[in-house]
Amino acid sequence: MASWTPPRWLRPVVFAASLLPAVWVIGAIASDYFNGTRLLGSNPIKEAEHFTGRWVLRFLMFTLAVTPIRQTFGWNWLQKYRRMLGLFAFSYALIHLSIYFVLDLELKWGDLAEDIIKRPYITIGMAAFTMLIPLAITSTAKMVKRLGGKRWAALHRTIYAIVILGTIHFWMAVKRDITDPLIFALIFAVLLGYRVVAWRRRRTAAASRAGNVPPAPRRATA
Amino acid sequence: MLIKKPDDIASSEITPEELYTNRRDFLKAAGLLGIAATAGSAAAFTHAAVPGAQGPQLKDELTPFEDVTTYNNYYEFGTDKSEPAENATGLKTKPWTVKVEGLVNKPATYSIEDFIKPSKLEERVYRMRCVEGWSMVIPWQGFPMSDLINRVQPLASAKFIEFQTLFDPKQMPGQRAPILPWPYTEGLRLDEAMHPLAIFAVGLYGKTLLPQNGAPLRTVIPWKYGFKATKSIVRIRFTDTQPKTAWNQATPNEYGFYANVNPTVDHPRWSQATERRIGEFRKRPTLMFNGYADQVGRLYQGLDLRRNY
Repeated sequence: MASWTPPRWLRPVVFAASLLPAVWVIGAIASDYFNGTRLLGSNPIKEAEHFTGRWVLRFLMFTLAVTPIRQTFGWNWLQKYRRMLGLFAFSYALIHLSIYFVLDLELKWGDLAEDIIKRPYITIGMAAFTMLIPLAITSTAKMVKRLGGKRWAALHRTIYAIVILGTIHFWMAVKRDITDPLIFALIFAVLLGYRVVAWRRRRTAAASRAGNVPPAPRRATA
Repeated sequence: MLIKKPDDIASSEITPEELYTNRRDFLKAAGLLGIAATAGSAAAFTHAAVPGAQGPQLKDELTPFEDVTTYNNYYEFGTDKSEPAENATGLKTKPWTVKVEGLVNKPATYSIEDFIKPSKLEERVYRMRCVEGWSMVIPWQGFPMSDLINRVQPLASAKFIEFQTLFDPKQMPGQRAPILPWPYTEGLRLDEAMHPLAIFAVGLYGKTLLPQNGAPLRTVIPWKYGFKATKSIVRIRFTDTQPKTAWNQATPNEYGFYANVNPTVDHPRWSQATERRIGEFRKRPTLMFNGYADQVGRLYQGLDLRRNY
């Protein structure tokens, strides 16, 4: 099957589209602050925090969707977009954290430390962000080479833990109505479930290649 | 009986409505000032916002009508702040009846008109501090709760007063999901309810209450977090046991029965030491009992406020 090549303009278009929410929210904060508009409503800083937080989860979702979609539909060209989407997830996390620390906490390190220590949802969110940093740093082709494919892949599997932490962070942050975190949780469950199924299949296949009897009907023992 | 000092925001501190409509311009100027000063202290902000203001005290300006009527927590109409203004417009507030029952000499079912009529409406400008960490300043029209309490004559055994919101999932879509135990129930100790600062409100900014603000009748207890208020009240009950209140039942470790504004007792998920006044970018310190400590502090003498949050 001849693989389809996306048109050359697709990449810059995806890039620009991914940038739009950030441009909007930063512009809106500035406009609300300097021009007294109310683009972000009555409580612009809170709104900007929630807005950017959701975009972090969305970009994590896009990133994790690349492999299942590529494998299911044979869209191998998608693979080339994964790094960009992952880096956007990191960038939105950075903006989210900056709004929280600079505008909400007003750069008070003591308050930040107190939040991290005393408030589990902040602790978890901060852990998720910290875990994103090595992934962003090792996202370049050079780093992949330097680490070696296997080690690089092992490191980048921490993304699974990161999305779980990110969803828990969102879940714990909402006051009462868990609809939105639940939707993200279900989507991530599908995306992570796909990996579990693929991993089991690979294991079974490898076992039968090696001539072993696959541990087929599960739960014979233990 | 009524004490002639309805609130502690001096009328000279309140921006007249013409001025308040220009407030965004003041804020703009204030914002630019803040940038010029780089440090941009919170004081610089609000001061520039009140022409001619002096001294280090942070000023209380009226929160614009638009914010007061579009940024609401009223879960009966949706959990987003903007949803009550969108979903509550059709709430039928006429006819409306309020039932007063329980441990009283004169239980009665009032039409809303009869409920209000015997009392003289007054203007009360109160700070409103939400448990989520934001605040407003709102000019209410209403009358003291003590008016009603004296009218219906509670029995000596009555120790608490309970308020209940309308339960009508047809009109209140939020009630179709068990987000909170419906109908929304709140309550006060009877001596708290008798305090002259505690009022029933029927209007704000000189206009009849809009549904998103709790039309046609709500409570306002300015030294407590906003969720202690009950909107669109249909039932008032006097009891000898502490009422089971909505948020306390939903998340008891986060929301207590008292819910007094207290900067020294944090919510488990965030600090209560500061707040963001809607319309301002910088946070301001939260005041004990929302700044009404001189008036209401005596109600809580000897009470462990950390335990009774």
